[in-house]
Amino acid sequence: MRNPLSKTIVNIEPSGIRKFFDIVTEMDDAISLGVGEPDFDTPWRIRDEAIYSLEKGRTFYTSNAGLKELKEEISAYLHRKYDLSYDPAGEIFVTVGGSEAIDVALRAMLDPGDEVLIPQPSYVSYEPCTILANGTPVIIDLKEENEFRLTARELEEAITDRTKILVLPFPNNPTGAIMERQDLEAIAEVIIKHDIFVLTDEIYSELSYKNEHVSIASLPGLKERTIYINGFSKAFAMTGWRLGYACGPKEIIAQMLKIHQFAIMCAPTTSQYAAVEALRSCDAEVAEMKEEYNGRRRYLVKRFADMGVKCFEPFGAFYIFPSIRQFGLTSDEFATQLLHRKKVAVVPGTAFGKSGEGFIRISYAYSLEQLKLALDRIEEFVTELKAEKGF
Amino acid sequence: MREKILHYIEKNARIDLKDLATVLGEDEAAVMNELEAMEAENIIAGYHTMINWDKAGVEKVTGMIEVRVTPQRGMGFDKVASHIYNYPEVSSVYLISGGFDFMVIIEGKTLREVAEFVSNKLAPLESVLSTKSNFILKKYKEAGTVLTDAPHDERMKMSL
Repeated sequence: MRNPLSKTIVNIEPSGIRKFFDIVTEMDDAISLGVGEPDFDTPWRIRDEAIYSLEKGRTFYTSNAGLKELKEEISAYLHRKYDLSYDPAGEIFVTVGGSEAIDVALRAMLDPGDEVLIPQPSYVSYEPCTILANGTPVIIDLKEENEFRLTARELEEAITDRTKILVLPFPNNPTGAIMERQDLEAIAEVIIKHDIFVLTDEIYSELSYKNEHVSIASLPGLKERTIYINGFSKAFAMTGWRLGYACGPKEIIAQMLKIHQFAIMCAPTTSQYAAVEALRSCDAEVAEMKEEYNGRRRYLVKRFADMGVKCFEPFGAFYIFPSIRQFGLTSDEFATQLLHRKKVAVVPGTAFGKSGEGFIRISYAYSLEQLKLALDRIEEFVTELKAEKGF
Repeated sequence: MREKILHYIEKNARIDLKDLATVLGEDEAAVMNELEAMEAENIIAGYHTMINWDKAGVEKVTGMIEVRVTPQRGMGFDKVASHIYNYPEVSSVYLISGGFDFMVIIEGKTLREVAEFVSNKLAPLESVLSTKSNFILKKYKEAGTVLTDAPHDERMKMSL
């Protein structure tokens, strides 16, 4: 029999973290700090709206780009929150999560040989999606001393004649890093100078704890070269609803929509009706969740500082990314030992790229009581490690 | 800072001072001062435990009594209210707009105990014109907390 598989897909390395995840899942008494989704339930008014839409029998396809009402709400929301202006007719379309938007954007924009700059540590899908779109991923290793922000110099050094797109994943999973206005302005200059495009994944934009989040698309000259991606998963605690959106110049959106139309048809109708309510009337719920995350964030920063574990202060998303270099273990070894000895599960930084070596990702999408319990165990572990290493 | 503290401890009364200060991003001594001041000013009126007595298997009966009264000259409703709320059986008293004047909440061990309080103490008061007793059959939610189900984490243990 002939080989049934595509070489491209077979050659994409499976995520090495799966094995570790399986162990955690089977360990019933382990406390996990490993999830990448909110611990809050979707606000009831959103769920209620979804139920109502089902009761009304709104169970048909929507137009490919999504409900008109929803696109208009997205446009109004982005304007109100981030000073962005996108035309609901042609510059916005609704996707199955931010993930689909990433995939479709890369497929719509890349030709074989085009290079995509991917800052790491970052979410795991940019690299494989680039490969599947026949592009060539070029990794930029972000540095702890820059608080894992992308600097103009790092960007400049990574650009070649073949560079087409820069992926900009801030606020960042897994580091919790943000890019402030001056950081964005610095890279904007380089982006324009080299005539490259930006795929900005701002799925965590509502969870920014220092200043108001700034989108690169709001900077002068950037809107026309940016695909802006956001969604409902993190801000509105709607991960399972699978709903996101992409905004950008009409001619790019039109091609993305073509792929979406053939591969997906439209985003789930029930989720779209629910999302209208989310954008219209959930500011208070979003603010309350953010405040709660922020308290936990301060708590974790303090705990690691007290423990003598080096950690830059993260200002975004719901992750903290402490350095475990001082213990002479790899991220993987540290996480594995922590799991077996103290039954606490964290994600090794290397799950998010080679530059995550020496770090672990801790999610604070957990109640303060749970965090406290887990941190007490981590503290015990760290104390034991220090004693074993003789310091 | 007061509102921030109150907002947080309203749902997390047991958090220790050090953690409270950390979570709020405030100085520990300053938070302690505010807490003490607010206790002295009766802004913080107590730290209670919310108990799901049904789950504890302890029989309790809660009556919500609608009371119509004649306000006393010169004192308005307050004097009548204090007469009512000073009974230890009474857990809450609210002045209400609408078809009656006070909502009086009474907790007892049995229905009879609550009914007897109403007929022996509350109804005979000079200023009370009428009472209407309503008994709670099931508590679904109290003070913002749903009592029917224990919260449960449905998430996968790990996700990127």
